[in-house]
Amino acid sequence: MSSRRFKSILKLSILSAIMAFTSNAFADPVRAAFVYIGPTGDHGWTFAHDQGAKYVKEKMGDDVAITTVESVEENADAERVITSLARKNDIIFTTSFGYMNQTVKVAKRYPDVKFEHATGYMLADNVSVYSARFYEGRHVIGKIAGRMTKSNVIGYIASFPIPEVIRGINSAYLAAKSVNPDVQMKIVWVYTWYDPGKEADAANALIAQGADILMQHTDSTAAMSVAEEKGIHAFGQASDMREWGLNAQLTGIIDDWGPYYLDRIQAVKDGTWASSDTFDGVQQGMVKFAPMNNNMPTDVKNEAMKAIIDLSMGAIHPFTGPINKQDGSPWLAEGETPPNFPDLLTMDFYVEGIDSKYPN
Amino acid sequence: MIRLIPRVENSNLMILLAPILALTLTAISAYIIFVFILVDIEVSSIFYTLFVEPLTDSYYLSEVFVKAAPLIIIAIGLAIGFRAGIWNIGAEGQYVIGGIAGSAVGLYFYDVEGFWIMPLMALAGILGGMFYASIAAFLRIRYQVNEILVTLMLTYVAVLFLSAMLQGPLRNPSGFNFPESRMFHDSALLPIIWEGTRVNISLIVAIVFSFVSWFAIKKHMSGMQIKITGSAPRAAKFAGFDDNKTVLYSLMISGGLAGLAGLFEAAGPAGQLTPGLPQFYGFTAIIVAFLARLHPIGIIFSASLIALTYVGGENVQIDYNLPSSITQIFQGMLLFYFLACDILIKYKIVLFKPNR
Amino acid sequence: MTEGLLINIFIGITIASTPLIFAAIGELLVERSGVLNLGVEGMMIVGALLGFIVISHTNNPYLAVLAALLAGMAIASIFAFLTQFLLTNQVATGLALTLFGLGFAAFAGRDYTEVTIDLIGPIYIPILSEIPYLGPALFSLNSLVYLAFFMVFLVWWFLFKTKQGLILRAIGDNHDAAHAIGHKVIRYRVMAILFGGAMAGLGGAFLSLVQVPIWGEGMTAGRGWIALGLVVFASWQPFRVILGAILFGGITVLQLHAQGFDIRISAQYLSMLPYLATIIILVSLRMRLKNKTNRTVPNCLGRIFHSTT
Repeated sequence: MSSRRFKSILKLSILSAIMAFTSNAFADPVRAAFVYIGPTGDHGWTFAHDQGAKYVKEKMGDDVAITTVESVEENADAERVITSLARKNDIIFTTSFGYMNQTVKVAKRYPDVKFEHATGYMLADNVSVYSARFYEGRHVIGKIAGRMTKSNVIGYIASFPIPEVIRGINSAYLAAKSVNPDVQMKIVWVYTWYDPGKEADAANALIAQGADILMQHTDSTAAMSVAEEKGIHAFGQASDMREWGLNAQLTGIIDDWGPYYLDRIQAVKDGTWASSDTFDGVQQGMVKFAPMNNNMPTDVKNEAMKAIIDLSMGAIHPFTGPINKQDGSPWLAEGETPPNFPDLLTMDFYVEGIDSKYPN
Repeated sequence: MIRLIPRVENSNLMILLAPILALTLTAISAYIIFVFILVDIEVSSIFYTLFVEPLTDSYYLSEVFVKAAPLIIIAIGLAIGFRAGIWNIGAEGQYVIGGIAGSAVGLYFYDVEGFWIMPLMALAGILGGMFYASIAAFLRIRYQVNEILVTLMLTYVAVLFLSAMLQGPLRNPSGFNFPESRMFHDSALLPIIWEGTRVNISLIVAIVFSFVSWFAIKKHMSGMQIKITGSAPRAAKFAGFDDNKTVLYSLMISGGLAGLAGLFEAAGPAGQLTPGLPQFYGFTAIIVAFLARLHPIGIIFSASLIALTYVGGENVQIDYNLPSSITQIFQGMLLFYFLACDILIKYKIVLFKPNR
Repeated sequence: MTEGLLINIFIGITIASTPLIFAAIGELLVERSGVLNLGVEGMMIVGALLGFIVISHTNNPYLAVLAALLAGMAIASIFAFLTQFLLTNQVATGLALTLFGLGFAAFAGRDYTEVTIDLIGPIYIPILSEIPYLGPALFSLNSLVYLAFFMVFLVWWFLFKTKQGLILRAIGDNHDAAHAIGHKVIRYRVMAILFGGAMAGLGGAFLSLVQVPIWGEGMTAGRGWIALGLVVFASWQPFRVILGAILFGGITVLQLHAQGFDIRISAQYLSMLPYLATIIILVSLRMRLKNKTNRTVPNCLGRIFHSTT
């Protein structure tokens, strides 16, 4: 081989080597995994997360490899599932509170893997938490419900008395009351996130007791179906449930996780990921709404749209004083809004006016 | 025409062969089903992930042990009762109550360290399970109420009680009101015996219990008492064996063991008391016991096999995006074939022409 | 408003109890023949799934109900074959059936979780349905509800008013004697098991076709086990099954209502009531009958029959 030839080959090799070393740290696709608490077919909570995952796949194409695991129980087995995923992925999203301790345990053993825990509160160098201000969504549907109810009874199907659920109840009630001082809320606790039969039973019981509008903090479309069948109204939960409530669904709260997931996975790819604590709402686009049903009167629709716009501009806060707790003690003074911690994140009281006993 | 002639003695050859035959038949059936339903997935690789991979990987192997331990403990207790014809279907409920009782003790002493805490918790777990099972024993002895019904109904009650306890007295005061207990402190956690994994002393306890049970059955009179009572209650009564005592003891033992398993789960892999404590170990243990033909040592093997299908099945779920129900189908079929092949042990199959 | 509420509660109770009635009356016949089939949960869920699948493809409620019935029978036939011809232990086989049924249904149904169907609605009888209060409460219920009650009557009539029913009961009490007389023990038991499967399938179908128009894995949520308890609760008497189912379904529904009425007992303890009530009532029934020699339990329940002749 001539010396010139040899030199050009050498140059080419060195150039290639440099390029290989300095090119993007993840020339291979980023491997992201999602742990779901229910089936994606719930068309509620898990469905919304899965939509977020699909959004990322759509945007990043071959740059990302996504694994999803459904119906993982919140127990010791979850630790094994998360560990299995940690061995083969770069970032893992655990989408339910009950995975908190397991996520933290596994994160300790896999410091190079990133973990994102939904609705939790434990952080670490490689663990972020994220949640959405669903109570902002409740504010909007609360106003609609207050206006649309004729019997002045709103039925609420609640899952577990955890702060997130309590926030939703309080926010919905305050909003409804603000447009309809006579409104009352009946709350049934089903102690499950997903059980279509039980949710339907609860819906029927609430309707029998006079509710003509339903809200839910459970994951299936059962209540919406019951509402449609009985000819009353309801709101979609976590996703657009219009298919099960053509007439019944006035609107719905939609959890839009896609942009957040894209952001975090892209950060892993770019090497810029850092532990964070996200609590976003309408303003950041994490909480969205299903289209308003045409059978809503225009003035109600406009009022709801205005509330959405106010929220998206950060102009209003669903919890703005004066508000007292259920036992009469003061919580927020005139014009005061609560801090995230401890008021919102550990909320364990009903606001004044709700006449149900606080579950304990 | 096929005739079944009862053998004089169980065929020893078949005791070894039948399980293998059952496994083979299950594998073949599963293969056929999967090939039909899962067109674009390599079925043999599923089998590998399900059966072989957990054995070759030290983490998954450790997890098989973690899952096998509670199954062994509960199944040993259940087998005692089943031999006596006493059907404790509600071991899951006793497991939960034992878990609550033991955890409560650990939580009560959350700011105290001491080597005596864990044994105390274990004792509380055993007593809790024992007490809960004795309700069914009492109702059966006094009112002849069938224990299948009572233990089953009480299982639901136990799970609801767990939820109530986690919502109330046992809830973590600094846990943002989520229905979970505090994380257990060091004295309340089971010692790990395999460094780097979740395998704890419950595995040793399980194996010890199974050997103890084996010796007890071989040597002690009550083993024979239970054997006889199960197969012919009236004859047993004539021979002076007390039916009621058998009911009480077998239910209390199986309840106590189930309760201990519950505490082990909370103080072991979970490290706290959560609503996720019930994992159907109480029901799966019934299957484990039957697969082992109620033999204490056999239970170690059948529990390991079932645990293997759980861990392997989970990996199949993750790697191939198949639903977790695939494991249940497999376990169900395994049990079907096992029970079917069992007949070869007890009967001889004879072909003969019917008389004209 | 209160009358409307009472009617609503009444209808809610019938909806909650109907699947239990179907499953329990089927199992009652099976146990009367001396067989204990713990696989009710598995049979119910398979029925629920098959009914759902058929109606989502054909939109024909009759076909769907028939499919559920046949599905229950098909899966019960596995149990029948194993226990009656291969002489396997009934408790273990029943549990295996539950496990297999649940797993199979979850697997086969995984593509149907996002499908929605039209529920089978209540019937309408001209004139009768118009009667105030009684009309909606009694004459406008779902057709499957009426079928369930009819099945109870049918089983009662069969067991106590026909020769075959008598034979079946005799088999349940003493299969060796029955065999010695010349009755076909295995044949009766297989028939009974298949009937039990059909009924369980119908019970499951009620869940997916009437109660909620969704399919979800595990949607039977333990009703099969409750049905087993109801058979014991009913002391193997057909009409008492209705009582038990209404009691159980009723308390389940009332517990939800109680929350709405803000009764100050926590939800978990309220939810325990149906299970505790079942035990308590069973005990009190036994207490009253303690002095009579009450052999309502079919003597041969769970024992394997093997003829050597």
